[in-house]
Amino acid sequence: MKPQDSQHDSRHNSLHGLMVEFIAADQILEGTRRAWQTGYREMDAYSPYPVEGLAACLGLKKSPIPKIVFIGGLVGVSCGLFMQYYASAVDYPLNVGGRPFNSWPAYVPIGFEVLVLVAAFSAVFAMLYLNGLPRPNHPVFNVPEFKRASQDRFFLCIEASDPLFERDQTARFLLSLGPHGSVIEVPREDIGPPEQVDEPGLRGAVPEPRTTVQVGEQQT
Amino acid sequence: MADRPSLVRIEKPAVAVAAAAPLPDYTPRGHDFTSLTAHISDVVLVKPTGLGWFTSFGAASLLLLLFGGAIVFLLMTGVGIWGLSVPVAWGFAITDFVWWVGIGHAGTLISAILLLLHQRWRTSINRIAEAMTIFALLCAGLFPLLHLGRPWFFYWLAPYPNTMRLWPQFRSPLVWDVFAVSTYFAVSLVFWYIGMIPDLATMRDRATSRRGRIAYGVLAMGWRNSARHWHRYESTYLLLGGLATPLVISVHSVVSADFAAAIVPGWHETVFPPYFVAGAIFSGFAMVILLCVPIRHIYKLKEFITIDHLEVMGKIVLATSLLTSFGYLSEQTLSWYGHEKVEHYVYLNRIAAFDQYAFVSWSLVFCNTVAPQILWIPRLRRNQVVLVAVSTLVLVGMWLERYMIITTSLHRDYLTSSWGMFLPTIWDFLTFFGSIGLFATAFLLFIRSAPILAMSELRAMLPGSHGTEVGR
Repeated sequence: MKPQDSQHDSRHNSLHGLMVEFIAADQILEGTRRAWQTGYREMDAYSPYPVEGLAACLGLKKSPIPKIVFIGGLVGVSCGLFMQYYASAVDYPLNVGGRPFNSWPAYVPIGFEVLVLVAAFSAVFAMLYLNGLPRPNHPVFNVPEFKRASQDRFFLCIEASDPLFERDQTARFLLSLGPHGSVIEVPREDIGPPEQVDEPGLRGAVPEPRTTVQVGEQQT
Repeated sequence: MADRPSLVRIEKPAVAVAAAAPLPDYTPRGHDFTSLTAHISDVVLVKPTGLGWFTSFGAASLLLLLFGGAIVFLLMTGVGIWGLSVPVAWGFAITDFVWWVGIGHAGTLISAILLLLHQRWRTSINRIAEAMTIFALLCAGLFPLLHLGRPWFFYWLAPYPNTMRLWPQFRSPLVWDVFAVSTYFAVSLVFWYIGMIPDLATMRDRATSRRGRIAYGVLAMGWRNSARHWHRYESTYLLLGGLATPLVISVHSVVSADFAAAIVPGWHETVFPPYFVAGAIFSGFAMVILLCVPIRHIYKLKEFITIDHLEVMGKIVLATSLLTSFGYLSEQTLSWYGHEKVEHYVYLNRIAAFDQYAFVSWSLVFCNTVAPQILWIPRLRRNQVVLVAVSTLVLVGMWLERYMIITTSLHRDYLTSSWGMFLPTIWDFLTFFGSIGLFATAFLLFIRSAPILAMSELRAMLPGSHGTEVGR
């Protein structure tokens, strides 16, 4: 009947993904590579420091940040030089010892400083924007074990939005990677789409913050 | 063809010698991810605040209070409370400014230039050095503002459309200075902060108190260690390093242009930019050593900041001492062989005991040139007492150097009628020592509240941190 259906639906909708924990860097590298080869795309790997090659395993291309910084630098140096030219040669030309109004060699230091300033800030803001930060909350934080992602453990999370995602099958796949512990459900909790929040009785249907899926034998 | 075998023979022993004496790799010994994280974050989160910290903080904040008092009196009265006069209109304030900016250079050098050069030893000390840079620049920035005479109009230095319809004089090195120092401060600040975000996330996840979780959580901006994020983060960090490298060279070069672009004898020198940059790195590393030695003892970080780290910093102090000394020599030589009578006189005046300044000159030669030579001896270079003593002397010597450049050049100008002396007042000293209070207070607060070593970067140095097969 309805309760059964709605529970199944909401359970599926309220799931951000499935997560496994690894202890060593080569496990997360191998696990991520195998997940990619299996065809999963909507996934993310978490590590307490940048692991070489992990981004490549997730199929990430070169980041566009260098280009953004280059443009930022160009904008910076143009603005810096124009500002000085405009102030000293156009808006308020001042004869200092008979030097030309547009004495550009004297504008080089400030032009350079503005270049660095704008380029550096465009790097920082581009990084934050592309990473979607600041973002105070995220479903992965609903997993208590995830606290160790910033300390000493590695996590792989296959997200429910992936076309290949099928709860039991994906859980079985994750277990086959030989993780530490079992597969962890990552609940979406209150970050779900707005229409879900409006539905009465949804709160009760949301699963406990953390449930483990028992599928098959655990491998180590 | 006939040469070949002999070439090979020459190469072989060289390789064998290198293998016999392996260079230190600066990896934290006996640590794994868990213990490393716990050890460093516990310094702030678990360890109780010691009596030593409270004592130092008390002393530092007392100095800070004096600084505040000196500034209030300055604002009420004017720069006349200092020993400034005509012709020596740049006294302690500009000396302090150049000294602090110079100290600030080591931080960005360690975090940016050594990052690009893949120097592994930087990882243990970059956070401390960057914090030192920020706080040194904080002190540095105050002095030119206080020296303005009417510090409340400091914003006139910025180019903005105003009702006076005036612009700053962009051809003046003093205006370059405003841009250079403020850019340097801003870029150093974001470099420090961006570098700290992953560690702030660690602190957030390990904090036991709600207040701590919220504070570190807000600062960490929701960092979740995603590989996608790391990918862009690393690219950003490297680019910031690349941008900060020419910046750090440019800043003290611009500061030196404040002097070199003037025609004052003793200031008008082409050697100034490189000589100032070398001096800046020299004093900066001395300050890093001075900060690292007590920190590694008090917070038990000897596995992270090892004697090898201190030794390599000692080598840099020695190298920059030689560079700076070369600057002294070149100044003297050029004036000696130059045809500029007044300049010749000014340089002779500095060293030949015509008045009080010869004492300053010879003290700085002792502090900056003679004392660091002791670091040629490896055993003494690895002795922390020696390192601290040399570093202290270097800091004193570098202050004296700036004082000498500024006052001796100004007090004997081209016209004998405008000769004079500079006699510092009690307010000069209070403002200078007070600024040390500001630096120390900020630094002490930093070591009790932020991750003082770059945990995420140190983790990446541990064995096995990149798996057995790197990349694809």
